[in-house]
Amino acid sequence: MLIQEQSRPGRRAFAQAPNTTCDLSTIPTAFRRSQPAALPEVSELQAVRHYTRLSRKNFSIDTEFYPLGSCTMKYNPRACNSLAMLPGLLNRHPYAPDSHSQGYLRCLYELQAILRKVTGMQAVSLVPAAGAQGEFTGVAMIRAYHAARGDHARCEIIVPNAAHGTNPATAVMCGYKVREIPTLADGDVDLTALQQALGPQTAGIMLTNPSTLGVFERKIQEIARLVHTAGGLLYYDGANLNAILGKARPGDMGFDVIHMNLHKTFSTPHGGGGPGAGPVGVSARLQPYLPVPMVTQTADKRYTWQTDCPQSIGKLHAFAGNAGVLLRAYIYARLLGREGMQRVAEYATLNANYLAIKLREAGFEPAYPMRRATHEFILTLKKQATTHKVSAMDFAKRLLDYGVHAPTTYFPLLVPECFLIEPTETEDKDTLDTFVAAMIAVQKEVETEPERVRTAPHTLPVKRLDDVRAAREPDLRWRPASNTDG
Amino acid sequence: MPFIPHTEQDVRQMLSAIGVAAIDDLFDEIPSSLRTVDWSGLPDGLSEMAVTRLLQELAQQDGQPLCFIGAGAYDHHIPAAVWQIATRGEFYSAYTPYQAEASQGTLQLLYEYQSMMTALLAMDAANASLYDGASALAEAILMAVRANRKVRSKRILVPRTLHPAYRQVAQTIVSNQQIELVEVPFDLATGRTDQAALAALAEQDFAALVIPQPNFFGVLEEVDQLTDRAHASQRLAIGVVNPLAMAVLKPPGAWGTRGVDIAVGEGQPLGVPLSSGGPYFGFMSTRQALVRQMPGRIVGRTVDLAGNTGYSLTLQAREQHIRRSKATSNICTNQGLLVTAATIHMALLGGTGLAQVAAACHAHTQQLVTALTELDRVETLFPTPMFHECVLRLPADPGPILAALAEQDILGGFDLSTDYPELGHALLVCATEKHTSEDIDRYRQALLNHTRHQI
Repeated sequence: MLIQEQSRPGRRAFAQAPNTTCDLSTIPTAFRRSQPAALPEVSELQAVRHYTRLSRKNFSIDTEFYPLGSCTMKYNPRACNSLAMLPGLLNRHPYAPDSHSQGYLRCLYELQAILRKVTGMQAVSLVPAAGAQGEFTGVAMIRAYHAARGDHARCEIIVPNAAHGTNPATAVMCGYKVREIPTLADGDVDLTALQQALGPQTAGIMLTNPSTLGVFERKIQEIARLVHTAGGLLYYDGANLNAILGKARPGDMGFDVIHMNLHKTFSTPHGGGGPGAGPVGVSARLQPYLPVPMVTQTADKRYTWQTDCPQSIGKLHAFAGNAGVLLRAYIYARLLGREGMQRVAEYATLNANYLAIKLREAGFEPAYPMRRATHEFILTLKKQATTHKVSAMDFAKRLLDYGVHAPTTYFPLLVPECFLIEPTETEDKDTLDTFVAAMIAVQKEVETEPERVRTAPHTLPVKRLDDVRAAREPDLRWRPASNTDG
Repeated sequence: MPFIPHTEQDVRQMLSAIGVAAIDDLFDEIPSSLRTVDWSGLPDGLSEMAVTRLLQELAQQDGQPLCFIGAGAYDHHIPAAVWQIATRGEFYSAYTPYQAEASQGTLQLLYEYQSMMTALLAMDAANASLYDGASALAEAILMAVRANRKVRSKRILVPRTLHPAYRQVAQTIVSNQQIELVEVPFDLATGRTDQAALAALAEQDFAALVIPQPNFFGVLEEVDQLTDRAHASQRLAIGVVNPLAMAVLKPPGAWGTRGVDIAVGEGQPLGVPLSSGGPYFGFMSTRQALVRQMPGRIVGRTVDLAGNTGYSLTLQAREQHIRRSKATSNICTNQGLLVTAATIHMALLGGTGLAQVAAACHAHTQQLVTALTELDRVETLFPTPMFHECVLRLPADPGPILAALAEQDILGGFDLSTDYPELGHALLVCATEKHTSEDIDRYRQALLNHTRHQI
């Protein structure tokens, strides 16, 4: 039942509103609302019980194994949350003067330094509020760079066909045309196609490395050379940074600009769809274009905002980005430290390769059997689809019944009926073995009682949902019996 | 090893299953020249105890000043239940609800949120959030350019009374698509958008007019006239509103004859702590006819195989993971956890509770203004109806005055002299329901002492 349906006129959470009468006589009636907004009228207990019960209808990292490829669903340390919510940090106004911001600014300043170091970039801006905004920032900087050089012919961004949908969408938001290039059968970028695509119209290329196919782009240095020779710049999509954190750095590979998803690699919470944080790092030649503001240190060791950046692409956020997320990432980085940071890619990769081998032994078909898995890998379930008429989506839904969140399905689009599986470094071997057992059990059902799999899930709060109806007859809000709007 | 659960035996067994001797062998596809990195600049790892000590010291350093700054971020009471529930692991550590059957908690909550926002704003449909108020405005501008098929213009009218940071962010985001933001001046006597200036532009092509309520000065704009004026010139009307103010002010869906076409704003006043400016959440709502032009996640109610009610992400053909370069926006992750908090917050306050909070903010701001304008040469700048914030003219440059107040742990307001030099020594002050008479008196006394000695 919706909270709106539990509403009763006159019921309230009386402890929560100030005990004052509403004197709005200084505001002329023409500006005022005629009736209160039709929000729920419930008691505090009703609200608490309702939302606590709703929470129990979710899968989450804290309750289930969540091998969602490309999303890096690793443990979000609880300390990162409680310390970011310390009163001095939580109640700080974004326009508080430097005199009341030294603690907070120090966290950001040190986080900038840590992110620079682990990515091998020259400078970092913490402002972008999510990965996609980081992408926008990066491509806008590429645009500003070419414009500043008077190089106005560069109107194309090259994107491999395996890329996340955000890459082409971002290029268009930045006013570019998108040129897709194919991927070879072994998962690497097609260099011949790249060479044909490059030219005086090339502004840059957007790459994910390891790619969305779960393999490392082996010829990355050659790609960098080709793109730079053609006058373009290289953008690194940090979606898979967890695969190389503490092992290799995008800056050393020749990338000019990168974004990081702190809600993946630095373990800040996904929150059911955000908040994220998408800091960008740049090489020296893009540094003048970074968005404002950045944190800097004065000669007398005080921290302050640096806003005098005449070539900056400008502001991206009303204030300075998702500060609370940045604090959580900073705390995570301090907990891990140098040694811990180097273990991230190692154990994420160990877990993925172990899982890949175990599933292969169990008869599942890897999409790139000739390649080493990175922090994630792809299975293709096309055999199950053709032989048993059970789709990857059916298989995924049935896994939910086994208490496992499904892997990413139908992404990347290049591999038919695919599962993209990313276990992350924080899962133990027993959990991985349990997942393999669940995969085997569902596979048996596919062979013996496929209808059970096709109609899954069977044990969740709802059965399979009708997405087509949701889109054809959009029901996007609850409607009161009588309209009481102002 | 922090957060790594592997025992030595686990590692041995796993490596042997894979058929390699060492973990490092798993990176054999990365060219070796890329694998020799000097990590020595990174700090040592700390225990949770040590990090706690460090963060407590840093947080304490920033103190707990008495704050009279608003300017787009407001210090409201948040019921204890809000964040206790929002930070339950089931909400906190879940992903975007792509697997609908395993995400009914988040999805139903988002549907309730969309319902609450449409009720508050008197609009037909709302999305599940954008990054913040400023980027929500930028998305609204992009949407208006796509949606206004009567006037195929890439120019937008943006009043100077809109938050300066919002104007700057919108400029950064939309300028790459050759969209031009044209500034509408305000009347120096009233602090309102200049209707005569708008009238002079009536015949020119613009895709939309942006209308803030209240505006950055706290002044109430003549939203009915502005909305009708926009529609008379075939422009879309984009409302930018403080959602708490909408508990008492006329909602954008009811402005003028037809209401606005798109309403956006900053959701922070609905249960989100100040937190240095983020994470907050941007909200966006629109009319039925424009739903498919709206960016971001949208949740719909549907049925399952057994005919029971359930919820799922819908109208995804607008989004980047399906449409790629033809998507309405590149946004994917939004601000889900903040929306979780805001939904619980709105459920706990209700329409009447939010109206009481808004009224208390307004009353306290009036008390504050009365107290401060008792001082010599401190006066209100605009004699216009306002809400919750007010512009004061000070006898001298606000910068040094604010610095002196800060030394007494009072943050006295937002200095307008950089963004609005035409206003002279102007200061934007704000009080919320949390400020007491004692707080206000402390500010008055501190300002009195300072002006007596310095000016």
